[in-house]
Amino acid sequence: MKEMKKTCLHDRHVALGAMMSPFGGFDMPIQYAGIVEEHNAVRRRCGVFDVSHMGEVRITGRDAEKFVNHIFTNDIAGAPQGKIFYGMMLNAHGGVVDDLLVYKYSDTEYFLVINASNIDKDVAWIKSNTDGFDVEVEDESDVYSELAVQGPEAERIMREVLGLEVGHLGFYTFEEFAKYDGDPAVIVSRTGYTGEDGFEIYASDDVIESCWDALIDAGVQPCGLGCRDTLRFEAGLPLYGDELSEDVTPLEASLSMFVKLDKDGFIGRDALMALKSAGVPRKTVGLEVEGQAIPRHGYEVLDEAGNKVGTVTTGYHSITLGRNLAMALVDSSCAALGTRLNVRVRRKIFPATVVKKRFYTPNYKK
Amino acid sequence: MIYYLPTHEYARVEGNIAYVGISEYAARQLGNVVYVDMPEVGDDVEAGEDFGAIESVKAASDLFAPVSGAVVEVNEHLIDNPRLVNENPMENWIVKIEMSDPAELESLMDEAAYKAHCESENH
Repeated sequence: MKEMKKTCLHDRHVALGAMMSPFGGFDMPIQYAGIVEEHNAVRRRCGVFDVSHMGEVRITGRDAEKFVNHIFTNDIAGAPQGKIFYGMMLNAHGGVVDDLLVYKYSDTEYFLVINASNIDKDVAWIKSNTDGFDVEVEDESDVYSELAVQGPEAERIMREVLGLEVGHLGFYTFEEFAKYDGDPAVIVSRTGYTGEDGFEIYASDDVIESCWDALIDAGVQPCGLGCRDTLRFEAGLPLYGDELSEDVTPLEASLSMFVKLDKDGFIGRDALMALKSAGVPRKTVGLEVEGQAIPRHGYEVLDEAGNKVGTVTTGYHSITLGRNLAMALVDSSCAALGTRLNVRVRRKIFPATVVKKRFYTPNYKK
Repeated sequence: MIYYLPTHEYARVEGNIAYVGISEYAARQLGNVVYVDMPEVGDDVEAGEDFGAIESVKAASDLFAPVSGAVVEVNEHLIDNPRLVNENPMENWIVKIEMSDPAELESLMDEAAYKAHCESENH
C-alpha cells in the first residue's frame, strides 16, 4: 500500500486533537471541535482550513493561453492578469478528468489548482496533450502548501492577523504578496469552497506554518474536511468523486455555465456538442427530502411509480438550513423544479421534491 | 451485565430483556447524532443483522443486533431528540429486545474485552 502523505501542518492537527482520516492520499483532519461548530464558525465568523493536499501545476510558454484553452472548458482568452476561472478538464468523451481553478499570471503563464486525489492523473493527462504547443508543464504540488481562510470576517482576519491587505481583491482574482519573504512567492486569491467570502493562501511550508499558528493563536476556528463538505454542499458546489467523474459530463453535472461551447475547440467539446443535440439524458438537481431520513451518496432516487430514475450524489441534514437535502443525478425527464420524486433510505421510501441545488445563497464579495 | 459487539452496539441485560444502544466510544466517534432510524415495535431482529441505522452529520452507520428477539419498545425520545445518544449513550438505549436465545450473549464481548477492542481500533 502506498504510504499516506502528510501536509506540513499534520503534527499541529494531531496536537489540536483532530480526528484524522485519509483523503486524496493524505492523512487529513476531518474535524476538531465538531462539524457543526466548525460549519457555523465559517457561516458566522471565520474558519481556517489546511488544504495543502490540493495540487498545483504551472503552465508556461509562448502557447500557454492557447494550450490552457485547449484542455479547459471555460474561456480564458483575453482575460486580464490576476483573473481566476473555474472549469473542468474533459476526456474525449466529455467526461470530467478533474475540476480546477486557473490563475492567470500573463498570456504565457498560468497556475492550475487541482484535486489531491487526481494529481498524478491530471499531470500525466496535461503532459500527454502538449503535442504541437510550445509549453512547459511543471507539477508544483510539493512546492506549495495552502490555507483557506473563510467566512464573513475573513478580510479583517487576513489584515489584522496576517498583515495581508486584501480588501481590494475582487472575487476570483489573486495577487502575489511580498509580505512574507521566501520562495515561492505568496499567492493570495479571493476564492473558496464554502459559499462565504474568503481567501486562499498558497506558499511554502514555512510561511503556511507561521500563518496557521498566527490564526490559531488569534482564536480563528480550525476547520476540517468534514465541514468543508457540508459548506460546499449547501452552496451547491460539486465535489470530484461525488458529482463529477470520468463518466459524468459537465452538462449532466449542471455546470454548463463553466463550459464555453462557442469557443475554439477544446478536448471533449465534440462529445458535448453531440450530447447536446441528442438531448442531455441526465441532470444534477437539488432534492428536498421529507421526513427525518437523510439521503446519502449512492441512495436510489425513484419516480412516483417506483422506477429508479437516478442516484443521490451528496446528501446531508443541512446544518445552516435544518432541512434534509441532496444533490442527485436524475433522468432529465425528472429534473424540472417541483417534480415529485422519492428517495430510498435503507428499507423505507421518503418523498422528495426537486429544488434549486444552490440551497444556500452564497455571500460572495463582488 | 453489559455485553458488546465489535461494531460498538451494547446489550444491557435485565432478565430476559436486552436494552440495545451504542457505546460511549461509538457516540464520541460519530459526533453529533442527527437521526436514529429505528425498527417498529413487534419487529423480529436477528443477532448480527442490521435492525436500523444511526446518522451523524457525516454519515449513516448501520446498527447491528447483539441478540435475536422481538422489539418490545423503541426509545421514542430519540425521535425528536437524537442528540440524547451523544449526551448519555448508556442511559439512552435505542431498542428493547425480548431475547429469544439468551445463550447468544456468550458470544459477545464483556466490558474488559470491549475496552481492549476499542484501544486496538485506535492504533
